[in-house]
Amino acid sequence: MSANAEQSAVRQTEKPHYPKMRGGLAGKLLPQTRLGGPIPWVIAILIALVVIAAAGGLSLRNLADNARADLSGAVTVQIAEANAARRDDIATNTASVLGQQDIVTSVRIIPEEELEALLEPWLGSAVGSDDLPIPALIDVELNRKASGDEILALEAAIANVAPKARVDAQSEWLKPVYEALAALQYLALALIALIGFATAAAVWLAARSAFSNHRETVEIIHLLGGTDEQVTRIFQRSVVRDATFGAVIGLVLGLAAVWLLGRQFQALDSGMIGGGGLDWSDWLVIAAIPLAGILVALLTGRITIKLALRSML
Amino acid sequence: MSDRPNEIVKFDNVGLRYGTDPEVLSDLSFTLYPGSFYFLTGASGAGKTSLLKMLYLSQRPSRGAIRMFGKDMITLPRDRLPDFRRRLGVVFQNFRLVAHLSAFDNVALPLRLAGTDEAKVVKAVSDMLDWVGLTHRSQAIPAAMSGGEQQRVAIARAVIARPKMLIADEPTGNVDPDMALKLLRLFEALNNRVGTTVVVATHDVHLLKKVPESLIMRLNKGRLSDPTGALRFPPRPEPQRDQSK
Repeated sequence: MSANAEQSAVRQTEKPHYPKMRGGLAGKLLPQTRLGGPIPWVIAILIALVVIAAAGGLSLRNLADNARADLSGAVTVQIAEANAARRDDIATNTASVLGQQDIVTSVRIIPEEELEALLEPWLGSAVGSDDLPIPALIDVELNRKASGDEILALEAAIANVAPKARVDAQSEWLKPVYEALAALQYLALALIALIGFATAAAVWLAARSAFSNHRETVEIIHLLGGTDEQVTRIFQRSVVRDATFGAVIGLVLGLAAVWLLGRQFQALDSGMIGGGGLDWSDWLVIAAIPLAGILVALLTGRITIKLALRSML
Repeated sequence: MSDRPNEIVKFDNVGLRYGTDPEVLSDLSFTLYPGSFYFLTGASGAGKTSLLKMLYLSQRPSRGAIRMFGKDMITLPRDRLPDFRRRLGVVFQNFRLVAHLSAFDNVALPLRLAGTDEAKVVKAVSDMLDWVGLTHRSQAIPAAMSGGEQQRVAIARAVIARPKMLIADEPTGNVDPDMALKLLRLFEALNNRVGTTVVVATHDVHLLKKVPESLIMRLNKGRLSDPTGALRFPPRPEPQRDQSK
């Protein structure tokens, strides 16, 4: 051996010491492939689906919350009386009695024209004729969500002036709707969980395949003193690169789909749907989805490679 | 089992079989001492490569005991193996270069895996490539190199980290006689000047004569033998070597 080579050769430490690789070696040890493989694109599609499902779920939650907030402190009093003049008197007296109750903050007799406009799409030109009397409706705002006993107390209070009146908590009308919205939110959560599982499975398959393809290189690294952690980091870099690419593309695709859907729902111009917008905290959750996807890929890749390495000496 | 500190390798009644096949190596008992030069000879199929695999910790035996550097290799946990593998330099029979890495990066691999500072890596690898006459091929990948060039890269990689034991499987098989002699002198230099234990597997009987100080282990049908027919190795008393080397 030449003197130069001897002087330059580096002694290794006696104690086990496994530092990180130098010289960007981890990035070189697997052939650098283009992002043309299927995995980045599979991850992109899965992340896009999660973004859409999450946006849908959050939107439904906001919609339900807003509707609940609007309606939980309100009741509707319905007065069914065929005689229009008498119906108006009863409504006026009932509104007066209701206005004196402690729990009530405001009372509004819904004008007949407003009622007819609401019913016209269903009843057509028959609305407004004397042959089809419409009950009077009184919209009552409360200072809190009324309990069952408080609803009964309101009924008792107006019993003298409107014995046939019906008092309905508005939130009760929408209870089946809330239940349906809750079911849709659970469905969105289940979809996100399933897609997360599918992402992990895709990364697992890709990592296993990459490990098999580069088993010879892994064996060489092992025999030259490479550790499992060093080998794992080599594959981890590749997995994270693919996952990051897929996550960014998936986020862009998902946001585009959410934006288009948002525009479609805005065009409906429905009061209830209008409450389903996303606020800044929801956008933060959506922004975290690609990061979570990369984390899932990273952990899955590491576990897969570590398990595969156990089969080697 | 003896715990003598100056034993670098001790095999005790080691046997090796692959799966349920008959043993390819049987009843191997021998000791290798620091600073010694060993040739491992035997006909093709005698088990030389299998024995070397156990020496460079690529294969555990089916039975028996192996101690290396004073530690029991049979019970050694997997995560401790890299520490011992980094004390070894190995020239594999088929070179086992990383196909997509340049000659420079292949030679640098052991140092980089050990976390050596990059400036030292560049200097050491450049000097080593210069010594094996491959400076002009430093950026060539293995597929673009001849068999002899690949072999020289493999040898440079094996010795770059100045191993305590160098294990070479037919290291001169693909080089011309001049280069074969040069490589053998490199192994001798490592052995004499650095104190590296050298184990060279070869079936080239002419090579054995080039290193007069060497000891010869002969494998015959999976068992160690010597010209007298003894099954234990070494057949002669422990060599008295200068420990100051």
